[in-house]
Amino acid sequence: MTSTAKPDAATGTLRGGPRRRRVRAGGGRGAPLPLLVPALIGLAFLVVPLVALLVRAPWRSMPEQLTSAEVWQALRLSLICATAATAVSLVIGVPLAWLLARVEFRGRGLVRALVTLPLVLPPVVGGVALLTSLGRNGIVGKWLDSWFGVTLPFTTAGVVVAEAFVAMPFLVISVEGTLRAADPRYEEAATTLGASRFTAFRRVTLPLIAPGIAAGAVLAWARALGEFGATITFAGNFPGRTQTMPLAVYLALQSDPEAAIALSLVLLAVSIAVLAGLRDRWMTAG
Amino acid sequence: MTETHGLGAGTGPDGLDARLVVDRGTFHLDVALTVAPGEVVALLGPNGAGKTTALRALAGLTPLTGGHLRLDGATLERTPPESRPVGVVFQDYLLFPHLTALDNVAFGPRCQGASKTEARAQAAQWLDRLGLADHTGAKPRRLSGGQAQRVALARALATRPRLLLLDEPLAALDARTRLEVRTQLRRHLAEFEAVAVLVTHDPLDAMVLADRLVVVEHGEVVQEGSPSDIARHPRTDYIAQLVGLNLHRGHADGHTVRLETGPAITTAEVLSGPVFVAFPPSAITLHRGRPTGSSARNVWRCEVAGLETHGDQIRAALTGDLPLAADLTTVAAAELDLHPGAEVWATVKATQTHAYPV
Amino acid sequence: MTTRTARRTRRTLQVAGAGTAALLALGACSSSDDSSSVKSDSSAPSSSSDKLSGTVTVFAAASLKESFTALGKEFEKQHPGTEVTFSFGGSDSLAASITGGAPADVFAAASPKTMKIVTDAGDASGTPATFVRNQLEIVTLPGNPDKISSLKDLTGSGLKVVLCDKEVPCGTAAQKALDASGLELTPVSYEQDVKSALTKVELKEADAAVVYKTDVKAAGDKVEGVEFPESADAVNDYPIALLKDAPNADASKAFIALVRSAEGQKVLTGAGFLKP
Repeated sequence: MTSTAKPDAATGTLRGGPRRRRVRAGGGRGAPLPLLVPALIGLAFLVVPLVALLVRAPWRSMPEQLTSAEVWQALRLSLICATAATAVSLVIGVPLAWLLARVEFRGRGLVRALVTLPLVLPPVVGGVALLTSLGRNGIVGKWLDSWFGVTLPFTTAGVVVAEAFVAMPFLVISVEGTLRAADPRYEEAATTLGASRFTAFRRVTLPLIAPGIAAGAVLAWARALGEFGATITFAGNFPGRTQTMPLAVYLALQSDPEAAIALSLVLLAVSIAVLAGLRDRWMTAG
Repeated sequence: MTETHGLGAGTGPDGLDARLVVDRGTFHLDVALTVAPGEVVALLGPNGAGKTTALRALAGLTPLTGGHLRLDGATLERTPPESRPVGVVFQDYLLFPHLTALDNVAFGPRCQGASKTEARAQAAQWLDRLGLADHTGAKPRRLSGGQAQRVALARALATRPRLLLLDEPLAALDARTRLEVRTQLRRHLAEFEAVAVLVTHDPLDAMVLADRLVVVEHGEVVQEGSPSDIARHPRTDYIAQLVGLNLHRGHADGHTVRLETGPAITTAEVLSGPVFVAFPPSAITLHRGRPTGSSARNVWRCEVAGLETHGDQIRAALTGDLPLAADLTTVAAAELDLHPGAEVWATVKATQTHAYPV
Repeated sequence: MTTRTARRTRRTLQVAGAGTAALLALGACSSSDDSSSVKSDSSAPSSSSDKLSGTVTVFAAASLKESFTALGKEFEKQHPGTEVTFSFGGSDSLAASITGGAPADVFAAASPKTMKIVTDAGDASGTPATFVRNQLEIVTLPGNPDKISSLKDLTGSGLKVVLCDKEVPCGTAAQKALDASGLELTPVSYEQDVKSALTKVELKEADAAVVYKTDVKAAGDKVEGVEFPESADAVNDYPIALLKDAPNADASKAFIALVRSAEGQKVLTGAGFLKP
């Protein structure tokens, strides 16, 4: 929710500023300076780098950059993987959030800390952790390989795993917060009507916290879309299979900064479009 | 649900037979409750007395730490809430905000295995019975307080419970709606053939809706009986206050009841041993000087501790020989020049007191 | 356009940022304008008579990590009061940071191509000198279980091979070797730098990789190196250069001299590098 709300709040300050001042003028003064100044600095801090990208974008060679098959391949892969990672996060992250919010058990604080760990872990370290666990020679991956013949590194599934690892905590934290704020007595009401705890969750809690889940999913999706470190470490870099946009941007930066900027703008445009679209559809309720 | 019900049928008497013991740190609840089918019992008590805990224990939402719970002969202590034949109307109804009134009511039947169509048909019938046929498609936030209350009742009844629980069923309503809903609810409860237990802190709700009152204070039953019995014979200060009576406890010897604190009350009844004496605040007459010509047998010297308006009357809280609440008209209060700290004399006729054994 | 951008950015950074660094940099600028190139400096003995002090910041290719760290310690021992700090990474990223205005004294790149980015931007002082060369080697799992003996063996199916991305020197070199022998190889991944490629084999995620001889040596017995004849066609020159805006030019020259001295070469060849 925060990530989508931020840019909006920012533009809101720009657009809504004069209007708000007019409203406040009746009651007193506008925003106090000690708040207004840092707020505007903060806004500039977030917006100026993006503006710089636009200013320095190689507009002339843009059409050429954007029609290259590699760009579309990377973009398509990015969108597919981020969406799949979000789906994975939803399927296992929402129940995890429910467990953390609703079930009292020993060591819950510890579990919560573990869940949020990927938030602070450098993504590259996350990638190495995934290699040592789910890699071909990893402690779990070894069995995946010998039992099912499944190896994740260097595959598109590996990209999804890496992105989900990094993005899921955002979803879990967001959904857990929503669950904590939601009245647990609705679940109780459902059980007195004969619903099992799972039915109560599915038919009552889930619809009630849908806005929170949507917000968490958007956060996770955005994080997955921009994921670089864990992806390149765990899934490697191969065009069409594991080379997502951020990887393409990074490698383009090595030799062709203009191409890198062009790629970044494409990613930026697509994410803004998707986030804005989702916001209109989902976020109004939340 | 039907299984549990069927299992116990015939193995014991119908109705509710429970002793609810819940120990939670400093709070201790121990309430015995026996209710026959068709009877409506109100758990009445101040906030924090344990009424809601008792209700939650009956519903299975709070586990019992002791005692027993039998409904129509079936033992329910270990049955999870979803398998108990219990319906609950929660204080703020807890109607599912994302479902229409119809789907709220259909929720229970659906959980019991009815098909969607079937459940909706049943729900429509319930809503119709409660006069809500026009609101089946409405989401809860578009319902008025009284309508929401009826939807909540329909939702609870739609599971065909053998025990209906109502938690402060009228507390969320404004005064005007309350009167109307109270009357309706009374009718619906009267039609309900199984056990109904309601929890309230409002004596009027309890007396209008229930056949029998169980007064709970500090986790214990302090008195139970019919509404009129309780209204006439309060046994605790809390109940006396609720029903608006002055209550004193003392030792009777003939017409005289000597209070533990010293003063005596002359009563109409002839009793002996420990008794309660009750009389309404309106039975007290106040005088600025010591009354000389009064025929009242009880005369006490008091001091005004506080004054407050009570309807169109003034209620004076008195201290002195004994604590009293006295009602007088605004005019009388002005004539007597009552103010906190003022010395007054209170008289009560023996015929207006009521003494009964402890 | 890129050049102008980079230089402007740097100036802004220095003005806004560390004032001292900017002053030092200006001093270095004027003194190095007429000073001799790195090449002529290299003949000077490593134990300079001038008292050196301050910090030397060296941006060096990732493959130089072990040997340069050792040389840095040696330098600090020879010149008490100095400190050598390193930033190791992909040569391209380092070059990009330098042209972007990163305050560094010395740049040691893994390929002339990446050094050229810096010289083209006018950020190097004098002509870069090649101080070592590095040869490619195939790296396999310990014991070489897949019996790899040539570059051609890597093209076999069922083998997971990682290469460096074509944008980084080890990838360019590997591609050159493959082209020279007319081989086509589809790796499972193009890694962002040579260490990442090596790590994939160390973790047994890949069966083989094409990396530098020095990296194989540094990895010890966690991997096994296989030399291949085609590597002769893809020997990488490592150039080193003093940077134009070096905050500590004197000490930096002395460090470059140490790298190119017999003593420095001994450390570098010990790590698997070839003499220039």
